[in-house]
Amino acid sequence: MHPSYLNVLLTFARNSLVRDMSFRMNFILQCVSSVSWAVMNFGLFKIIYQHTNSIGRGSGWGEHEFFIFLGTVWVVNSLVQTFFMANAEEFSEMIRTGNLDFALLKPIDTQFLISFPRINWAQLPNGILGVGLIAYSLVQLANDPNKNLQWSFAYLPVFIFFVLCGATIMYSVMIVLSSTSIWLGRNQNLYTFWFYITNFYRYPMEIYQRTGIGMALWGTFTFVVPVLVVSNIPARVLAQPLGTPWKTWELLLAGYTALAAVLSLLASRWVFKRALLSYRSASS
Amino acid sequence: MSLASVTNRTSSFLTWWTFFKISINERLVYRGDFMLGTLMRFLPTLTQIFLWWAIYDVVSDNTADAAGGPDGQIAGYRYGDMVAYYLLVIISRAFSSMPGLTRGIADQIRSGEVKKFLIQPVDMLGCLLTQRVAHKLVYYLIATLPFALVFWICRSYFVDGWPPAEVMAVFVVSLLVSFLLGFFLEACIGLIGFWFLEVTSLGFIYMLLNFLLSGHMFPLELLPGSIGSFVNFLPFKYLAYFPAAVFLGKIRGTEMYVGLAVEIAWVLFFLVLARVFWNRGVKRYSGFGG
Repeated sequence: MHPSYLNVLLTFARNSLVRDMSFRMNFILQCVSSVSWAVMNFGLFKIIYQHTNSIGRGSGWGEHEFFIFLGTVWVVNSLVQTFFMANAEEFSEMIRTGNLDFALLKPIDTQFLISFPRINWAQLPNGILGVGLIAYSLVQLANDPNKNLQWSFAYLPVFIFFVLCGATIMYSVMIVLSSTSIWLGRNQNLYTFWFYITNFYRYPMEIYQRTGIGMALWGTFTFVVPVLVVSNIPARVLAQPLGTPWKTWELLLAGYTALAAVLSLLASRWVFKRALLSYRSASS
Repeated sequence: MSLASVTNRTSSFLTWWTFFKISINERLVYRGDFMLGTLMRFLPTLTQIFLWWAIYDVVSDNTADAAGGPDGQIAGYRYGDMVAYYLLVIISRAFSSMPGLTRGIADQIRSGEVKKFLIQPVDMLGCLLTQRVAHKLVYYLIATLPFALVFWICRSYFVDGWPPAEVMAVFVVSLLVSFLLGFFLEACIGLIGFWFLEVTSLGFIYMLLNFLLSGHMFPLELLPGSIGSFVNFLPFKYLAYFPAAVFLGKIRGTEMYVGLAVEIAWVLFFLVLARVFWNRGVKRYSGFGG
Protein backbone atom coordinates (compact mmCIF):
# COMPACT_ATOMS: atom_id res chain seq x y z
CA MET A 1 0.00 0.00 0.00
CA HIS A 2 1.25 3.44 -0.86
CA PRO A 3 1.25 6.11 1.81
CA SER A 4 -0.66 9.27 0.97
CA TYR A 5 2.12 11.78 0.38
CA LEU A 6 -0.27 14.70 0.45
CA ASN A 7 -1.70 13.72 3.83
CA VAL A 8 1.75 13.24 5.29
CA LEU A 9 2.78 16.66 3.98
CA LEU A 10 -0.29 18.32 5.48
CA THR A 11 0.39 16.63 8.80
CA PHE A 12 3.95 17.95 8.74
CA ALA A 13 2.66 21.45 8.00
CA ARG A 14 0.13 21.29 10.82
CA ASN A 15 2.61 19.90 13.35
CA SER A 16 5.14 22.59 12.50
CA LEU A 17 2.53 25.29 12.88
CA VAL A 18 1.45 23.90 16.25
CA ARG A 19 5.08 23.84 17.33
CA ASP A 20 5.69 27.41 16.16
CA MET A 21 2.58 28.59 17.94
CA SER A 22 3.61 27.09 21.26
CA PHE A 23 6.63 29.42 21.31
CA ARG A 24 4.69 32.41 20.09
CA MET A 25 7.05 35.15 21.25
CA ASN A 26 9.97 33.39 19.62
CA PHE A 27 7.93 33.03 16.45
CA ILE A 28 7.10 36.72 16.33
CA LEU A 29 10.70 37.72 16.96
CA GLN A 30 11.86 35.42 14.18
CA CYS A 31 9.38 37.05 11.81
CA VAL A 32 10.47 40.51 12.89
CA SER A 33 14.16 39.81 12.48
CA SER A 34 13.87 38.21 9.04
CA VAL A 35 11.65 41.05 7.88
CA SER A 36 14.13 43.59 9.31
CA TRP A 37 16.96 42.10 7.29
CA ALA A 38 14.86 42.48 4.19
CA VAL A 39 13.91 46.06 5.01
CA MET A 40 17.55 46.98 5.64
CA ASN A 41 18.49 45.53 2.29
CA PHE A 42 15.71 47.54 0.69
CA GLY A 43 17.03 50.66 2.42
CA LEU A 44 20.53 50.13 1.04
CA PHE A 45 19.25 50.00 -2.53
CA LYS A 46 16.91 52.93 -1.95
CA ILE A 47 20.05 54.88 -1.00
CA ILE A 48 22.02 53.55 -3.94
CA TYR A 49 19.29 54.66 -6.34
CA GLN A 50 19.58 58.18 -4.94
CA HIS A 51 23.00 58.23 -6.57
CA THR A 52 22.46 56.24 -9.73
CA ASN A 53 19.58 55.43 -12.03
CA SER A 54 20.63 51.94 -13.00
CA ILE A 55 22.79 49.06 -11.80
CA GLY A 56 25.05 48.30 -14.72
CA ARG A 57 25.23 50.50 -17.80
CA GLY A 58 22.51 49.62 -20.34
CA SER A 59 21.37 46.63 -18.29
CA GLY A 60 17.90 48.12 -17.81
CA TRP A 61 17.90 47.54 -14.05
CA GLY A 62 16.43 50.88 -13.06
CA GLU A 63 15.00 51.43 -9.58
CA HIS A 64 11.60 49.81 -10.05
CA GLU A 65 12.93 47.01 -12.22
CA PHE A 66 15.52 46.26 -9.57
CA PHE A 67 12.95 46.23 -6.77
CA ILE A 68 11.01 43.63 -8.74
CA PHE A 69 14.25 41.69 -8.81
CA LEU A 70 14.76 42.16 -5.05
CA GLY A 71 11.17 41.08 -4.36
CA THR A 72 11.75 37.95 -6.43
CA VAL A 73 14.87 37.15 -4.41
CA TRP A 74 12.84 37.49 -1.20
CA VAL A 75 10.12 35.21 -2.55
CA VAL A 76 12.58 32.49 -3.59
CA ASN A 77 14.59 32.82 -0.37
CA SER A 78 11.48 32.64 1.74
CA LEU A 79 10.21 29.55 -0.08
CA VAL A 80 13.53 27.79 0.41
CA GLN A 81 13.90 28.86 4.04
CA THR A 82 10.31 28.00 4.91
CA PHE A 83 10.27 24.55 3.39
CA PHE A 84 13.81 23.22 3.07
CA MET A 85 16.39 25.02 5.18
CA ALA A 86 15.56 23.64 8.62
CA ASN A 87 15.09 20.18 7.14
CA ALA A 88 18.43 20.11 5.37
CA GLU A 89 20.06 21.06 8.65
CA GLU A 90 18.10 18.47 10.53
CA PHE A 91 19.16 15.88 7.97
CA SER A 92 22.83 16.64 8.69
CA GLU A 93 22.12 16.27 12.36
CA MET A 94 20.24 12.98 11.83
CA ILE A 95 23.28 11.56 10.10
CA ARG A 96 25.55 12.59 12.94
CA THR A 97 23.33 11.22 15.69
CA GLY A 98 22.23 8.10 13.83
CA ASN A 99 18.58 9.08 13.95
CA LEU A 100 18.41 8.58 10.21
CA ASP A 101 17.85 4.89 11.03
CA PHE A 102 14.27 5.67 11.98
CA ALA A 103 13.64 7.56 8.76
CA LEU A 104 15.04 4.67 6.72
CA LEU A 105 12.68 2.20 8.41
CA LYS A 106 9.49 4.08 7.60
CA PRO A 107 7.47 2.86 4.63
CA ILE A 108 7.73 6.10 2.68
CA ASP A 109 10.29 7.59 0.33
CA THR A 110 13.24 8.64 2.49
CA GLN A 111 14.09 11.76 0.51
CA PHE A 112 10.50 12.95 0.88
CA LEU A 113 10.50 12.14 4.57
CA ILE A 114 13.65 14.08 5.36
CA SER A 115 12.80 17.00 3.06
CA PHE A 116 9.58 18.28 4.61
CA PRO A 117 9.03 17.39 8.30
CA ARG A 118 9.80 20.85 9.64
CA ILE A 119 8.13 23.78 7.93
CA ASN A 120 9.48 27.04 9.24
CA TRP A 121 6.45 29.30 9.04
CA ALA A 122 8.35 32.25 10.46
CA GLN A 123 10.18 32.68 7.16
CA LEU A 124 6.98 33.13 5.18
CA PRO A 125 6.36 36.84 5.95
CA ASN A 126 9.46 37.68 3.93
CA GLY A 127 7.91 36.12 0.86
CA ILE A 128 4.66 38.01 1.39
CA LEU A 129 6.70 41.19 1.69
CA GLY A 130 8.43 40.24 -1.56
CA VAL A 131 5.10 39.83 -3.34
CA GLY A 132 4.07 43.23 -2.02
CA LEU A 133 7.27 44.86 -3.25
CA ILE A 134 6.86 43.26 -6.68
CA ALA A 135 3.25 44.42 -6.96
CA TYR A 136 4.11 47.96 -5.87
CA SER A 137 7.06 48.22 -8.24
CA LEU A 138 5.00 46.85 -11.12
CA VAL A 139 2.38 49.53 -10.60
CA GLN A 140 5.09 52.19 -10.47
CA LEU A 141 6.66 50.84 -13.61
CA ALA A 142 3.35 50.63 -15.45
CA ASN A 143 2.59 54.26 -14.61
CA ASP A 144 6.01 55.47 -15.71
CA PRO A 145 5.53 57.19 -19.08
CA ASN A 146 9.21 56.68 -19.95
CA LYS A 147 8.94 52.93 -19.62
CA ASN A 148 7.04 50.74 -21.96
CA LEU A 149 6.01 47.89 -19.71
CA GLN A 150 3.95 45.20 -21.41
CA TRP A 151 1.66 43.78 -18.79
CA SER A 152 -0.79 40.96 -19.04
CA PHE A 153 -1.95 38.47 -16.46
CA ALA A 154 -0.50 35.76 -18.66
CA TYR A 155 2.92 36.71 -17.25
CA LEU A 156 1.86 35.65 -13.78
CA PRO A 157 1.82 31.86 -14.32
CA VAL A 158 5.11 32.16 -16.21
CA PHE A 159 6.62 34.03 -13.28
CA ILE A 160 5.32 31.45 -10.80
CA PHE A 161 6.63 28.65 -12.97
CA PHE A 162 10.16 30.09 -12.97
CA VAL A 163 10.04 30.87 -9.24
CA LEU A 164 9.20 27.20 -8.68
CA CYS A 165 12.05 26.22 -11.00
CA GLY A 166 14.32 28.40 -8.88
CA ALA A 167 13.10 26.88 -5.62
CA THR A 168 13.62 23.40 -7.10
CA ILE A 169 17.21 24.26 -8.04
CA MET A 170 17.92 25.62 -4.56
CA TYR A 171 16.31 22.56 -2.97
CA SER A 172 18.55 20.32 -5.03
CA VAL A 173 21.66 22.29 -4.10
CA MET A 174 20.77 21.94 -0.44
CA ILE A 175 20.04 18.24 -0.60
CA VAL A 176 23.38 17.69 -2.29
CA LEU A 177 25.16 19.84 0.30
CA SER A 178 23.55 18.12 3.25
CA SER A 179 24.06 14.67 1.74
CA THR A 180 27.78 15.33 1.90
CA SER A 181 27.46 15.05 5.69
CA ILE A 182 27.18 11.29 5.19
CA TRP A 183 30.71 11.26 3.85
CA LEU A 184 32.11 14.08 5.98
CA GLY A 185 30.52 12.92 9.22
CA ARG A 186 29.23 16.38 9.83
CA ASN A 187 28.62 19.46 7.80
CA GLN A 188 28.52 22.36 10.16
CA ASN A 189 28.93 24.89 7.43
CA LEU A 190 25.56 24.35 5.80
CA TYR A 191 24.25 27.78 6.79
CA THR A 192 27.51 29.40 5.81
CA PHE A 193 27.47 27.72 2.42
CA TRP A 194 23.88 28.72 1.97
CA PHE A 195 24.76 32.32 2.74
CA TYR A 196 27.65 32.37 0.27
CA ILE A 197 25.64 30.77 -2.51
CA THR A 198 22.61 33.01 -2.10
CA ASN A 199 25.03 35.89 -2.05
CA PHE A 200 25.63 35.34 -5.75
CA TYR A 201 22.01 35.38 -6.86
CA ARG A 202 21.04 38.44 -4.87
CA TYR A 203 22.15 40.76 -7.67
CA PRO A 204 21.37 40.89 -11.39
CA MET A 205 23.76 38.66 -13.32
CA GLU A 206 24.81 41.54 -15.57
CA ILE A 207 27.16 42.78 -12.85
CA TYR A 208 29.38 39.75 -13.44
CA GLN A 209 29.48 39.97 -17.21
CA ARG A 210 32.38 42.40 -17.37
CA THR A 211 35.81 41.05 -16.73
CA GLY A 212 37.42 37.65 -17.11
CA ILE A 213 36.94 36.70 -13.47
CA GLY A 214 33.36 37.93 -13.60
CA MET A 215 32.61 35.86 -16.67
CA ALA A 216 34.14 32.82 -15.00
CA LEU A 217 31.91 33.37 -11.98
CA TRP A 218 28.90 33.91 -14.22
CA GLY A 219 29.62 30.71 -16.11
CA THR A 220 30.18 28.68 -12.97
CA PHE A 221 27.02 29.87 -11.25
CA THR A 222 24.92 29.51 -14.36
CA PHE A 223 26.05 26.22 -15.82
CA VAL A 224 27.81 24.28 -13.04
CA VAL A 225 25.76 25.33 -10.02
CA PRO A 226 22.81 27.08 -11.69
CA VAL A 227 21.94 29.53 -8.91
CA LEU A 228 22.08 32.77 -10.92
CA VAL A 229 19.04 31.82 -13.01
CA VAL A 230 17.09 31.14 -9.81
CA SER A 231 16.37 34.83 -9.33
CA ASN A 232 17.30 36.38 -12.66
CA ILE A 233 14.87 34.56 -14.94
CA PRO A 234 11.64 34.99 -12.92
CA ALA A 235 12.52 38.63 -12.23
CA ARG A 236 13.07 39.29 -15.95
CA VAL A 237 9.62 37.90 -16.75
CA LEU A 238 7.94 40.71 -14.82
CA ALA A 239 10.51 43.52 -14.89
CA GLN A 240 11.42 43.20 -18.58
CA PRO A 241 14.63 45.21 -18.15
CA LEU A 242 15.37 45.03 -21.86
CA GLY A 243 11.73 45.31 -22.96
CA THR A 244 9.61 42.89 -24.93
CA PRO A 245 9.82 40.73 -26.91
CA TRP A 246 12.65 38.96 -25.15
CA LYS A 247 16.06 38.81 -26.76
CA THR A 248 17.11 35.41 -28.07
CA TRP A 249 19.61 34.88 -25.25
CA GLU A 250 16.93 35.59 -22.68
CA LEU A 251 14.66 32.97 -24.25
CA LEU A 252 17.50 30.46 -24.38
CA LEU A 253 18.37 31.10 -20.75
CA ALA A 254 14.73 30.70 -19.73
CA GLY A 255 14.54 27.35 -21.51
CA TYR A 256 17.80 26.40 -19.86
CA THR A 257 16.36 27.29 -16.42
CA ALA A 258 13.50 24.82 -16.81
CA LEU A 259 15.97 22.18 -17.98
CA ALA A 260 18.35 22.99 -15.11
CA ALA A 261 15.54 22.56 -12.59
CA VAL A 262 14.75 19.06 -13.87
CA LEU A 263 18.41 18.07 -14.16
CA SER A 264 19.38 19.34 -10.72
CA LEU A 265 16.43 17.57 -9.14
CA LEU A 266 17.53 14.32 -10.80
CA ALA A 267 21.12 14.96 -9.75
CA SER A 268 20.09 15.59 -6.16
CA ARG A 269 18.10 12.35 -6.18
CA TRP A 270 21.10 10.47 -7.49
CA VAL A 271 23.52 12.00 -4.97
CA PHE A 272 21.07 11.36 -2.14
CA LYS A 273 20.73 7.68 -3.04
CA ARG A 274 24.48 7.27 -3.42
CA ALA A 275 25.01 8.93 -0.06
CA LEU A 276 22.49 6.64 1.63
CA LEU A 277 24.46 3.64 0.39
CA SER A 278 27.45 4.90 2.37
CA TYR A 279 25.43 5.55 5.51
CA ARG A 280 26.73 3.58 8.46
CA SER A 281 24.51 4.63 11.34
CA ALA A 282 25.99 6.02 14.52
CA SER A 283 25.88 5.23 18.21
CA SER A 284 24.35 1.92 19.23
CA MET B 1 54.30 45.38 51.28
CA SER B 2 53.77 42.26 53.30
CA LEU B 3 54.81 38.86 52.08
CA ALA B 4 51.23 37.70 51.99
CA SER B 5 50.16 40.40 49.57
CA VAL B 6 53.14 39.64 47.30
CA THR B 7 52.26 35.94 47.06
CA ASN B 8 48.68 36.93 46.60
CA ARG B 9 49.61 39.09 43.66
CA THR B 10 51.82 36.44 42.04
CA SER B 11 49.20 33.79 42.40
CA SER B 12 46.58 36.05 40.89
CA PHE B 13 48.88 36.73 37.95
CA LEU B 14 49.42 32.99 37.63
CA THR B 15 45.68 32.44 37.57
CA TRP B 16 45.23 34.80 34.62
CA TRP B 17 48.27 33.36 32.85
CA THR B 18 46.82 29.86 33.17
CA PHE B 19 43.48 30.98 31.79
CA PHE B 20 45.31 32.61 28.92
CA LYS B 21 47.35 29.50 28.06
CA ILE B 22 44.35 27.19 28.19
CA SER B 23 42.38 29.46 25.89
CA ILE B 24 45.24 29.64 23.40
CA ASN B 25 45.53 25.87 23.21
CA GLU B 26 41.79 25.54 22.91
CA ARG B 27 41.84 27.61 19.76
CA LEU B 28 44.87 26.07 18.08
CA VAL B 29 43.03 22.76 17.74
CA TYR B 30 41.05 23.80 14.68
CA ARG B 31 43.63 25.85 12.78
CA GLY B 32 43.09 24.33 9.33
CA ASP B 33 39.36 24.87 9.40
CA PHE B 34 40.05 28.34 10.60
CA MET B 35 42.24 29.45 7.72
CA LEU B 36 39.74 28.23 5.16
CA GLY B 37 36.95 29.93 7.07
CA THR B 38 38.85 33.20 7.00
CA LEU B 39 39.30 33.05 3.24
CA MET B 40 35.59 32.25 2.81
CA ARG B 41 34.81 35.38 4.75
CA PHE B 42 36.00 37.44 1.79
CA LEU B 43 33.63 35.79 -0.68
CA PRO B 44 30.78 38.27 -0.12
CA THR B 45 33.32 41.02 -0.80
CA LEU B 46 33.76 39.53 -4.24
CA THR B 47 30.11 40.17 -5.10
CA GLN B 48 30.42 43.65 -3.55
CA ILE B 49 33.29 44.41 -5.92
CA PHE B 50 31.14 43.50 -8.92
CA LEU B 51 28.01 45.21 -7.60
CA TRP B 52 29.73 48.52 -6.92
CA TRP B 53 31.51 48.36 -10.26
CA ALA B 54 28.13 48.19 -11.97
CA ILE B 55 26.88 51.12 -9.87
CA TYR B 56 29.95 53.32 -10.33
CA ASP B 57 30.04 52.53 -14.02
CA VAL B 58 26.71 54.30 -14.44
CA VAL B 59 27.64 57.18 -12.13
CA SER B 60 30.85 57.90 -14.03
CA ASP B 61 30.89 60.00 -17.19
CA ASN B 62 33.42 58.14 -19.22
CA THR B 63 33.99 54.45 -19.52
CA ALA B 64 36.79 53.40 -17.30
CA ASP B 65 40.00 51.65 -18.08
CA ALA B 66 40.51 48.22 -16.60
CA ALA B 67 43.11 49.32 -14.06
CA GLY B 68 41.66 52.46 -12.52
CA GLY B 69 37.98 51.60 -12.44
CA PRO B 70 35.19 54.12 -13.00
CA ASP B 71 35.96 57.72 -11.98
CA GLY B 72 32.64 58.79 -10.44
CA GLN B 73 32.05 59.45 -6.74
CA ILE B 74 29.27 58.50 -4.35
CA ALA B 75 29.18 60.37 -1.03
CA GLY B 76 32.85 61.24 -1.48
CA TYR B 77 33.87 57.66 -2.13
CA ARG B 78 35.59 56.71 -5.36
CA TYR B 79 35.10 53.16 -6.60
CA GLY B 80 38.44 52.08 -5.12
CA ASP B 81 37.60 53.69 -1.78
CA MET B 82 34.30 51.84 -1.65
CA VAL B 83 35.91 48.42 -2.17
CA ALA B 84 38.75 49.34 0.20
CA TYR B 85 36.13 50.36 2.77
CA TYR B 86 34.47 46.95 2.66
CA LEU B 87 37.86 45.26 3.02
CA LEU B 88 38.88 47.47 5.95
CA VAL B 89 35.57 46.85 7.68
CA ILE B 90 36.44 43.16 7.72
CA ILE B 91 39.57 44.10 9.69
CA SER B 92 37.53 46.25 12.10
CA ARG B 93 35.13 43.37 12.60
CA ALA B 94 38.02 40.99 13.25
CA PHE B 95 38.74 43.15 16.29
CA SER B 96 35.32 44.24 17.47
CA SER B 97 33.09 41.22 16.82
CA MET B 98 32.61 38.89 19.79
CA PRO B 99 30.92 35.76 18.49
CA GLY B 100 29.10 33.90 21.23
CA LEU B 101 29.89 36.31 24.06
CA THR B 102 26.34 37.50 24.76
CA ARG B 103 24.96 34.01 24.47
CA GLY B 104 27.76 32.53 26.55
CA ILE B 105 27.14 34.88 29.47
CA ALA B 106 23.37 34.44 29.31
CA ASP B 107 23.70 30.65 29.15
CA GLN B 108 25.98 30.62 32.19
CA ILE B 109 23.46 32.68 34.11
CA ARG B 110 20.55 30.48 33.07
CA SER B 111 22.25 27.15 33.67
CA GLY B 112 23.62 28.27 37.01
CA GLU B 113 27.21 27.85 35.89
CA VAL B 114 27.82 31.45 36.90
CA LYS B 115 27.91 30.20 40.49
CA LYS B 116 31.54 29.23 40.13
CA PHE B 117 32.49 32.90 39.86
CA LEU B 118 30.65 33.59 43.09
CA ILE B 119 32.65 30.92 44.89
CA GLN B 120 36.08 31.20 43.27
CA PRO B 121 38.13 34.34 43.80
CA VAL B 122 38.11 35.02 40.05
CA ASP B 123 36.27 37.83 38.34
CA MET B 124 33.89 36.69 35.59
CA LEU B 125 34.43 39.62 33.24
CA GLY B 126 38.18 39.46 33.75
CA CYS B 127 38.15 35.77 32.97
CA LEU B 128 36.08 36.24 29.83
CA LEU B 129 38.27 39.12 28.69
CA THR B 130 41.43 37.03 29.11
CA GLN B 131 39.83 34.25 27.08
CA ARG B 132 38.84 36.68 24.35
CA VAL B 133 42.31 38.20 24.16
CA ALA B 134 43.78 34.72 23.79
CA HIS B 135 41.25 33.69 21.15
CA LYS B 136 41.74 36.88 19.18
CA LEU B 137 45.54 36.58 19.32
CA VAL B 138 45.37 33.08 17.91
CA TYR B 139 42.91 34.29 15.32
CA TYR B 140 45.28 37.04 14.14
CA LEU B 141 48.18 34.63 14.13
CA ILE B 142 46.37 32.30 11.77
CA ALA B 143 44.32 34.85 9.85
CA THR B 144 47.20 37.14 8.96
CA LEU B 145 48.20 34.97 6.03
CA PRO B 146 44.79 34.85 4.29
CA PHE B 147 44.20 38.54 5.11
CA ALA B 148 47.57 39.53 3.65
CA LEU B 149 46.88 37.48 0.54
CA VAL B 150 43.48 39.07 -0.08
CA PHE B 151 44.73 42.59 0.59
CA TRP B 152 47.70 42.04 -1.70
CA ILE B 153 45.41 40.85 -4.50
CA CYS B 154 43.15 43.84 -3.90
CA ARG B 155 45.95 46.39 -3.45
CA SER B 156 44.90 48.39 -6.53
CA TYR B 157 41.68 49.43 -4.76
CA PHE B 158 43.73 51.32 -2.20
CA VAL B 159 44.08 54.25 -4.55
CA ASP B 160 46.13 56.46 -2.23
CA GLY B 161 48.41 53.70 -0.96
CA TRP B 162 49.43 53.55 2.70
CA PRO B 163 48.25 56.39 4.94
CA PRO B 164 50.85 58.52 6.80
CA ALA B 165 52.40 57.04 9.96
CA GLU B 166 50.30 59.24 12.27
CA VAL B 167 47.04 58.07 10.69
CA MET B 168 48.27 54.51 10.74
CA ALA B 169 48.97 54.78 14.48
CA VAL B 170 45.48 56.14 15.19
CA PHE B 171 44.03 53.38 13.00
CA VAL B 172 45.79 50.69 15.03
CA VAL B 173 44.84 52.23 18.37
CA SER B 174 41.21 52.62 17.29
CA LEU B 175 41.17 48.94 16.35
CA LEU B 176 42.50 47.91 19.76
CA VAL B 177 39.98 50.13 21.52
CA SER B 178 37.19 48.75 19.30
CA PHE B 179 38.03 45.32 20.65
CA LEU B 180 37.39 46.55 24.20
CA LEU B 181 34.25 48.42 23.13
CA GLY B 182 32.85 45.33 21.42
CA PHE B 183 33.66 43.23 24.46
CA PHE B 184 32.05 45.43 27.10
CA LEU B 185 29.05 46.33 24.96
CA GLU B 186 28.21 42.69 24.30
CA ALA B 187 29.00 41.74 27.88
CA CYS B 188 26.38 44.26 29.04
CA ILE B 189 23.77 42.67 26.77
CA GLY B 190 24.68 39.23 28.08
CA LEU B 191 24.43 40.40 31.69
CA ILE B 192 20.87 41.54 31.07
CA GLY B 193 20.29 37.79 31.35
CA PHE B 194 20.15 38.27 35.11
CA TRP B 195 16.80 39.98 34.58
CA PHE B 196 15.47 38.21 31.48
CA LEU B 197 16.40 34.57 31.27
CA GLU B 198 16.16 34.51 27.48
CA VAL B 199 18.35 37.08 25.72
CA THR B 200 18.90 35.26 22.41
CA SER B 201 16.34 37.45 20.70
CA LEU B 202 17.87 40.54 22.24
CA GLY B 203 21.23 39.44 20.88
CA PHE B 204 19.67 39.04 17.48
CA ILE B 205 18.23 42.53 17.49
CA TYR B 206 21.62 43.85 18.57
CA MET B 207 23.23 42.00 15.66
CA LEU B 208 20.79 43.57 13.22
CA LEU B 209 21.28 47.07 14.58
CA ASN B 210 25.00 46.59 14.70
CA PHE B 211 25.14 45.50 11.05
CA LEU B 212 23.46 48.69 9.93
CA LEU B 213 24.64 51.26 12.50
CA SER B 214 28.28 50.20 12.72
CA GLY B 215 28.77 50.79 9.00
CA HIS B 216 29.27 47.10 8.33
CA MET B 217 26.57 47.19 5.67
CA PHE B 218 27.70 50.38 3.92
CA PRO B 219 29.72 53.53 4.71
CA LEU B 220 27.75 55.75 7.08
CA GLU B 221 28.21 58.76 4.77
CA LEU B 222 25.58 57.20 2.53
CA LEU B 223 22.89 57.66 5.18
CA PRO B 224 20.61 60.65 4.60
CA GLY B 225 21.46 63.79 6.63
CA SER B 226 19.38 63.64 9.80
CA ILE B 227 19.66 59.87 10.27
CA GLY B 228 23.37 60.10 9.54
CA SER B 229 24.04 62.67 12.26
CA PHE B 230 21.97 60.65 14.74
CA VAL B 231 23.94 57.48 13.99
CA ASN B 232 27.13 59.48 14.52
CA PHE B 233 26.20 59.93 18.17
CA LEU B 234 25.86 56.21 18.79
CA PRO B 235 28.70 53.95 19.93
CA PHE B 236 28.18 51.44 17.13
CA LYS B 237 30.16 53.28 14.47
CA TYR B 238 33.40 52.63 16.34
CA LEU B 239 32.94 48.90 15.82
CA ALA B 240 33.42 49.06 12.05
CA TYR B 241 33.13 52.45 10.38
CA PHE B 242 35.53 54.58 12.40
CA PRO B 243 38.81 52.65 11.92
CA ALA B 244 38.09 52.21 8.20
CA ALA B 245 37.24 55.89 7.75
CA VAL B 246 40.43 56.91 9.54
CA PHE B 247 42.50 54.66 7.30
CA LEU B 248 40.90 56.07 4.16
CA GLY B 249 41.46 59.65 5.31
CA LYS B 250 37.74 60.40 5.62
CA ILE B 251 38.28 61.50 9.21
CA ARG B 252 41.48 63.44 9.76
CA GLY B 253 43.29 65.94 12.00
CA THR B 254 41.60 66.99 15.23
CA GLU B 255 38.40 65.19 14.28
CA MET B 256 40.34 61.93 14.28
CA TYR B 257 41.64 62.46 17.83
CA VAL B 258 38.27 63.62 19.10
CA GLY B 259 36.75 60.47 17.63
CA LEU B 260 39.34 58.34 19.37
CA ALA B 261 38.67 60.10 22.69
CA VAL B 262 34.93 59.54 22.31
CA GLU B 263 35.58 55.88 21.51
CA ILE B 264 37.61 55.50 24.71
CA ALA B 265 34.87 57.28 26.65
CA TRP B 266 32.34 54.76 25.35
CA VAL B 267 34.58 51.91 26.48
CA LEU B 268 34.72 53.38 29.98
CA PHE B 269 30.96 53.87 29.95
CA PHE B 270 30.25 50.24 29.05
CA LEU B 271 32.95 48.99 31.42
CA VAL B 272 31.26 50.75 34.33
CA LEU B 273 27.84 49.68 33.11
CA ALA B 274 28.93 46.04 32.93
CA ARG B 275 30.25 46.30 36.51
CA VAL B 276 26.98 47.79 37.71
CA PHE B 277 24.98 45.11 35.89
CA TRP B 278 27.16 42.41 37.41
CA ASN B 279 26.91 43.71 40.98
CA ARG B 280 23.17 44.27 40.76
CA GLY B 281 22.60 41.01 38.93
CA VAL B 282 24.53 38.89 41.41
CA LYS B 283 22.44 40.37 44.22
CA ARG B 284 19.17 39.25 42.70
CA TYR B 285 20.57 36.00 41.36
CA SER B 286 18.86 33.01 42.88
CA GLY B 287 21.01 30.17 41.50
CA PHE B 288 18.69 27.88 39.63
CA GLY B 289 19.99 24.70 38.13
CA GLY B 290 22.75 22.36 39.19
